[in-house]
Order: sequence, then C-alpha cells, then structure tokens
Amino acid sequence: MLTAPFEFRRASTVNEASDLLQQGTEVKLLAGGHSLLPLMKLRLAAPEMVVDISGIPELHGVSVHDGVVTVGAMTRHVEVAQNPVIQAEAPLLSKTAAVIGDVQVRNRGTIGGSLCHADSAADLPAAVLALDAQMVVSGPDGIRKIPASEFFVAPFVTALGAREVLMAVEVPAMPSDAASTYLKRPHPASGYPVIGVACWVGNGGTSVKMAITGIGSTAFRAVEAEAYLTEQGVNASSIGEAARLAAVHAPVEDDVTGYKRQLVNVYVSRALHQTMAGKD
Amino acid sequence: MPQVMGQALKRHEDIRLIRGRGQYTDDMTLPGMVYAKMVRSPYAHAKILSVDTQAAQAMPGVLAVFTGQDTKDELGLIPTAWIPPNSDLKMTPHPALAFDTVRYVGDAVAVVIAETPYQAQDAADQVQVQYQPLEAVVHPREAVEDGRPQVHEEIDHNIAFHWTVGPDLDAVFQQAEVVVRHEFRQQRLIPNAMEPRAALAQYNNATDELTVWVTTQNPHIHRFLLSGILGIPEHKLRVVAIDVGGGFGSKIACYPDEVVASWAARKLHRPVKWTETRQENFLITSHGRDHVQEVELAGTRDGQIQAIRVKAYSNLGAYLSTAGPGVPTILFGLIINGAYNIPHASADVYGVVTNTTPVDAYRGAGRPEATYLIERMVDLYAREIQMDPVAVREKNLVQAEAFPYTNPFGLQYDSGNYQGTLKIALDMLDYPKLREEQAALRKDGKYIGIGWSTYVEMCGLGPSEVAGAVGFQGGLWESATVRVHPTGKVTVFTGASPHGQGEETTFAQIVGQELGIPVDDIEIVHGDTARISMGWGTYGSRTTAVGGGAIHLATQKVIEKAKKIAAHKLEVSESDVVFEDGMFSVSGVPDRQVSFQAVTLDAYLAWSLPEGVEPALEGTAFYDPKNFTYPFGAHVAVVSVDPDTGDIHLMRYIAVDDIGNIINPMIVEGQIHGGLVQGIGQALYEGAEYDAEGQLLTGSLLDYAMPKARFFPRFETAHTVTPSPHNPLGVKGVGETGAIASTPAIVNAVMDALHPFGIRDLPMPLTPEKVWQAIQQNQGGR
Repeated sequence: MLTAPFEFRRASTVNEASDLLQQGTEVKLLAGGHSLLPLMKLRLAAPEMVVDISGIPELHGVSVHDGVVTVGAMTRHVEVAQNPVIQAEAPLLSKTAAVIGDVQVRNRGTIGGSLCHADSAADLPAAVLALDAQMVVSGPDGIRKIPASEFFVAPFVTALGAREVLMAVEVPAMPSDAASTYLKRPHPASGYPVIGVACWVGNGGTSVKMAITGIGSTAFRAVEAEAYLTEQGVNASSIGEAARLAAVHAPVEDDVTGYKRQLVNVYVSRALHQTMAGKD
Repeated sequence: MPQVMGQALKRHEDIRLIRGRGQYTDDMTLPGMVYAKMVRSPYAHAKILSVDTQAAQAMPGVLAVFTGQDTKDELGLIPTAWIPPNSDLKMTPHPALAFDTVRYVGDAVAVVIAETPYQAQDAADQVQVQYQPLEAVVHPREAVEDGRPQVHEEIDHNIAFHWTVGPDLDAVFQQAEVVVRHEFRQQRLIPNAMEPRAALAQYNNATDELTVWVTTQNPHIHRFLLSGILGIPEHKLRVVAIDVGGGFGSKIACYPDEVVASWAARKLHRPVKWTETRQENFLITSHGRDHVQEVELAGTRDGQIQAIRVKAYSNLGAYLSTAGPGVPTILFGLIINGAYNIPHASADVYGVVTNTTPVDAYRGAGRPEATYLIERMVDLYAREIQMDPVAVREKNLVQAEAFPYTNPFGLQYDSGNYQGTLKIALDMLDYPKLREEQAALRKDGKYIGIGWSTYVEMCGLGPSEVAGAVGFQGGLWESATVRVHPTGKVTVFTGASPHGQGEETTFAQIVGQELGIPVDDIEIVHGDTARISMGWGTYGSRTTAVGGGAIHLATQKVIEKAKKIAAHKLEVSESDVVFEDGMFSVSGVPDRQVSFQAVTLDAYLAWSLPEGVEPALEGTAFYDPKNFTYPFGAHVAVVSVDPDTGDIHLMRYIAVDDIGNIINPMIVEGQIHGGLVQGIGQALYEGAEYDAEGQLLTGSLLDYAMPKARFFPRFETAHTVTPSPHNPLGVKGVGETGAIASTPAIVNAVMDALHPFGIRDLPMPLTPEKVWQAIQQNQGGR
C-alpha cells in the first residue's frame, strides 16, 4: 500500500491550483484524500503531481444569500452534517452527509472531493440532484455554473473541464414546509449505498423531488415518479404507484434477477413514507 | 489473599495494546534494515517463460533482485506438516519462489530488496515476467473430473489424498425407514486477522545465527520448518513472535515470504523486513473451509438417528499448507456425528488441489464444517418426519450418564450434560411461546425463524500419541517453566503462543492462585524460541487446556521444593507444613508461619538449605494431556426475514456453553462473542469468490463483507460447568466454540423462517439477494 513517486504542491489560491492543473499530463487535486489516496496506494492512480487545495481560503465556508446556500468545496462531510445553516435551509444535504462512510471518512472527506470523484456509489450525488444544486467552477475562462443534472457524466467522469476547479456548491434553500429523507442501504462490506434515495416534498405537496444513487452507473432523478406524485399528491395510495414507476424507469444494468429494480421499488416507497411521516 | 481464579480480571496485555505500545513485527526497526517486496503472479496457472530483472536492478536503492532460479538450489521445498494415515497423500512441491510454473494468483516469482519500502515496490513494478497462461481449476469437485488441467504434474486428477474412515454403511441405509440426502457447500472464507503478516530476519555473521521475528501462532514449529527449508540448524536459528494481532489459524503455516526474507538476510548480511499489504493478505495468506459435502442421514420415522455419512471434496488450494491436510480429515471426519449418539458413521474425503490460495485452519478448523453438516441434517430430518427440531435433538443427544462416551470413530467424549445446556437455552428463549408468536406473525405476512445448534467439538489438542497416530508431524504436549526470582516475583515461560487470546492474564491467574501471590508479581513470557525451550503453539483451543496444564504442574514443582525449605526453616517435618494463601505454616500451629517470599529468598541465598536440596527456585514441566477436551452447548438464533428485500434481521442470539472450569469469565465472554461473530459472518456475509480463471473476485474489504459490530444484537450467554477429567485444571477450551456452533444455528433459523415458502436450503452466505430470489421462485409454495 505504497504510492508511486509523485510531486507534491500546495496551492494557496484557486487560480494557482488551476495553473498547476496544466503543468503535467496527470495532475490531481487533493482535498480530503479519501478517494484519491486509496487509489494511489493501490497504484490504480499514479499522478505525476498532487496539488493540495485544502489551504485555499476561497474553498471554505458556508453562507446563505437570497435563498441560496453556498457550501465551499472544502467543507468536510461532518461540517455539512452539523452546520446549522445547512441544517435549516437544506436539511436533505445534511442528512445525506451524516451517513457517508464512517466517522473517520466524514471527518476528512469533503463535499467537493466526493462530487468531483463522481463515484457511482457515492451518497452526495443523490442529494445535489434532488436539490437542483449548481456547481460553481473556476477555470481559465473565469467562473461558470454547472447544474447538478449535467455534472455527473459517467462513473468517475464529470462535466468539469481539465483545468477547472470546483469552488462551491450552490443549493437553493428548501421551502419552509419541506420534509425530506435520505434513505440508504449500505453495502455490508464497503458501506457505500447499494441504493440511496434522496427525496423531498414541499410547497404544500406541489414540489416533489427525488434522486437515486448507487444502483445505476450514475445517480439519476426519478422524473416519472416525481411527475406522478406532483399530479396525484403524495399519499399512501400514490406512493406505491410512484415506486413502481421509479423501478420500471430506473436505468439499471445487469439486473438478471430483477433485484435492483425491486430495491428501487422498496426504497422509493420507504423513503416517501418516511418523508410523509416526518411532516407530521 | 483473594480468590483470583474465576475472577474477571482486566487483561494485563491491554495496558500496552490499547495505548499503541504493543510491539508487532512491523514495529521493529534494526540498523541497516532493508525491505523486501515480492513480485507475484497475476495468473492462477501459467508457465514462467522468462523473468527480466535488469530494469529493476538498476532502480535507485535496489540491493538485489532474486528469482526462483536463484533460490531453487539453495532452499528446500516448503512441506506440509500433516500427513493423514492411509490417505496415500502426495506432496505438492512448493518452492519459496516459483521458477517454472505459477499455481495461484499471488504465487511469488521474484523478490526485490531495496533500501526503502517505496523503492522496493517501485522496482518490483519494473520486473518483467513473461507468462504462458494455462487453463485453471478452481472448484474442488470439478477439479477431479477427467480432462481437467492438473495443478501439479505429480498429482493425478488433482487428488492429493483420499481419506476414509468408518465402515461401509450401504446395508444400514438400504434398510432405513427414512433417508435424508443433501449437498452442502462450505464456502471458502478469508481469515483477515487485524494485523497482516510480517517477517524480519537478521543474520549475525559472528555467531552464524539467524533471528527471525515473524507473525506466527507457533514459533517453535516455525523454527523447526525454517531450519529444514533454510538448512540452518535449530541451535543457530531463533524465531520470535512478540505481539501478534490475531491469527485465527492463518498464522500457523510457514509461508514463502519468511523463508525468502530469511534467505536474503543471510545472503546480503542486512536485516530484511517483509510486510504484507491487506491486498496481499487476501491473496496469499491461507484461506479456510471450502468443501462440497454430499451427506446422507438414516433414521426411523419416530426420530431416532441411525447413521450419518459424508463424501466430501475439500479444496486445499495450490499447495498443501502446513496443517492443511489435517483440517478436512481428522478435525472434520471424526466428529460428524456431533453431540448425538449415532451408532453408524463414515466419512470419505478427497483432498483436492486447485489454482487457488492454499487452505489451512481457520477458527474451528474442520469442526465448523462437521457441525454445520450434522446440525443442518438434523433440521432437515426433523422436517422430513415432521418432528420439532428440539424433540429430535433431545431424543438423540448423548445422555449425561453415558460419559465417557465413545463415538463411532473411537473418540472419547470426556464429560458433559448436553440436555442441561439445551434446557437452559429453552428456558431463556421461552420456546413454546415463541413458536406461538411465530405462527401468529405468519398470518400477518411476517416471517420469523428459530434455529438450534446443539454442538460438541473436540479441542485442547492434544495427546502426542494421538498426534502421531493421526499423522500430525509434531508433538502436542506443552512446556512451562515457572521461575521464581529471589524477591518472590515470578516469570513464567510457556511454549504456547497466545496472540490476542489473553493468556498473559489467565496464566498469571493460575500461578497467582496457586502460589498465593499477586498477579502483578507474575510475568508471562511466550513466543521466543531463545527464551522458551520448546512448545507447540496456540491453535485448536489448546492453550489453556495444555499450556495451562503445564503451568499448573510446573507451579506444583515450585511449591513442592519450597515446602521442603519452609519445613527446614520452621524446624518441622515436611508433612507437617501446610501451604495456603502464600504462607507456609505448621499444621495445627497457624501462627508459626513463613511467607512464600521469605522461603524464596532462602532458596537463593542458600545459607541454610535442607540436605539434598539445590539452591534457587524454579519448576519446569512438560505436560502431555490424557486426551482431547470436548466443549459443548446449545445455541439458538431468532431471525426475521423481510420478503420484500430478503433482509435477515438477527433478533436474538442465545449461547449456553459448557467449557469446563472458567479461569477468567470476561475473557471467556470475549472469546465467545468473537467466535459468534465469525460464525455468523460465515452464515450471512462472508464468502470468497473466484472466477473460472482463478481470479479472486472478493479481494478487498470493499467486496468481502467482514461482519461489523452494528450487525449484531446483544448476545445472551450462559454457562454450565462440567470440568474435563482430561487435564488438571478441568478446562475445555473456548476459542472456537462460537465459530463452530453459530453458523448452523443461523441458517437453521433462516430456513425455519422461509419454510412457508417451501425453501429447504440455500447456500451460504445467505445474502439478501439470494433469499429474495428464492422467495420469488417459491412464491407458489406460500
């Protein structure tokens, strides 16, 4: 479990990090290190240069402005889980961060690192999709925003440009009447979600958002279920059909036994019931 | 002096271990130390065409790169140390570094020695090996079929041995009212001790001595084997295991890695350290279990079991490991009747080599495979004749009056009251009420199940005469020296080699009790061939039964001599001296007394010793037990199954064990908990998977599900105490009971829950997907 040789640099600004990204054929940014370092130790990744971005002030901090919560990319999972602003304005994000990995992972891992790593079995993609979050990225051409729905391209592939650095995640504040759930089925070995369902219901039941991670090649929105529930209202009788719709339309692969779709059905149903129970 | 035997003293060793002050092999640093990294085969079966080390040799910090060609004439082959009798066992030539053929993924072909571990790894990546891949065999029953590739040229049909025990039972089966047949797959397990393996070898060219620090459960066996392989006589070879972070059987074997590190240290005159990665641990450290068992049980309609027989294909991996052949034969076949008085039994075992990691002992070693077989068969038989599984057990368990009980293979079960533990478990569970609840819940579409396991196991290995008779190439006695220092403090040297089990505490309790001195005055030394004359190590739940027996006898020798000196000092005859609570006193005159410590000082000063008594005070004993010990008990699991997901929820687990006398109940409880978790892990979570090419698919902790604390309810434990007559302490051993008993209890419970779906059996591990799928396929049966 020893890494191949690499050059280590510490960036103090986002621009510096962006500049370093073009200095070699393989440069990797190091945030919390909980995805990158295991790969390097297994020599599955052998970057020429590793750039530590943990000391860049612009990547830190949580704030709320005009109904949008901005979470700095270096915010650690434990902080996302416990930050009072996030808990008040975007509790679904806190709930999701609270069940990532274990205590050690949450103490080191960061929201930006996890999202940019884009593991198809990560927890956070479900939450940022269900929350219609935007990724604020900085690159040679300045700052741009990428919607979560366009960010996850394939397993371990994002819409981030080669020289771009994720600075923050912007999450629209949830409606004051919103109830939300992140329901996860951890794999008995890895702890990653076999399936994770993030959903919230608000605005008197007219807003229903749901995204699913772990079970497909990337996280996805359950748009058919959302549409059905928005039309029918979320109640005991509509939840069953919504879960069935989510299962039928889920982009799962290699599901010979039908177990994956069954899990989508069961977990969507359970997540919605849990959400409605939480509203009381 | 308070009673210390039987007290839940905190573990002496934990003071260093939980503070990070333990000293494991990899913690050792020596001046001039260099690092070894193995180059391993990515193929399960291949011819080695060439090994190009030039690029690696030129890398920074590299001292040497050695291949199998360099070592093959200088090193002996790695042998197995267990040759079951009448089995026609064929050796599997096992070179430390492969030079013509690789036989499993991870087989080492070269080693790089470099100044730093990073340099060694970088250079190992540059060793170019050309392979010609060959077809592989993985499954033990398929490997013996005609036309399959052979793992070793010498071993026809990959059958390394064929071992049978018991008579032909065809007539019994033909006449039986009921015959139940079933095939079980004992899946392969990966031990995963917390500390991966490591070795550090140092050669002293002044004395020509080699010292090897190594993660081992049995340093003297390691010395014995290394001596032969390396060609270094035993008196020039020292093997040391300081702290060892668990083994579960996987640190019994002698591996290529310590052989190569030792050889290189002598070659290069530099201390060489090799440390396994977790990834390597999955690939190269011995695995456990892996049988296919075709089982038949014969009985009457009214629940009397008459015969049990098994034909088993046991996967031994690519090479016969140190204890490998003994596990699926002696430790399995001889006890397939379990705790039941079954008149007829026979076993027929094929030991099969395949292109997989070598298989050796893993917690329970053979006895879990036997216990699973009989406990599952009893349940299947109970279903067949529509009897309650508890009623069948009550009818067939060996009766308390029948001890010592001789089983069909001649094993003599020492002592017990099997019905007694079952009765306690039934009461703890409130069995009749739970059956009623189960029936009511089923009407609501909720499925709970109750699973029993009334087990017995043989451990406390064992009498040396028996070891010889069953082909174990060693003795199984144990040594102890109790050295009393002039101030009355004591150092105990034991040939057992605890590696997490807590005997530094329990052994001190034995000596403290017997000498009447504080346990803090006693140090237990183990795991060093230079400090301990001889010993056979820690495995087979033998440490307290055999090692403890030796310590008891050595302590008695100390007392015997001290008593002579005390009598001399008290000016009375020896027969008038009473020794109690650390004081020697004159019988009937309790105020005429002298302390153990005062007598000790006299022994060392030797100013006035009785006629014929030598100075100093120490006792040494070499103790060979009369027989094995047989812990037993009744375990019961209660589970619920969610038909929507196949999830199994363990609601309750009750373990009522009889392990004979208990020296430290807290340590016993810990051993039981650990064993249960490993046994339940096999039932529900763990299983090594290979693909057809022999690639290990479950090669990391991301894929291989080790049980976590949160998976379990609070275990409910209770004990009965039936001392073993086979050793002076009356102890039976507890290290393996949990792992032996729990696996069938869990599977029996799940199958009980799934009974309404018409599901009779599922292969372990019972993953949710497997359970859900079986329910889908059997919905009609509901």
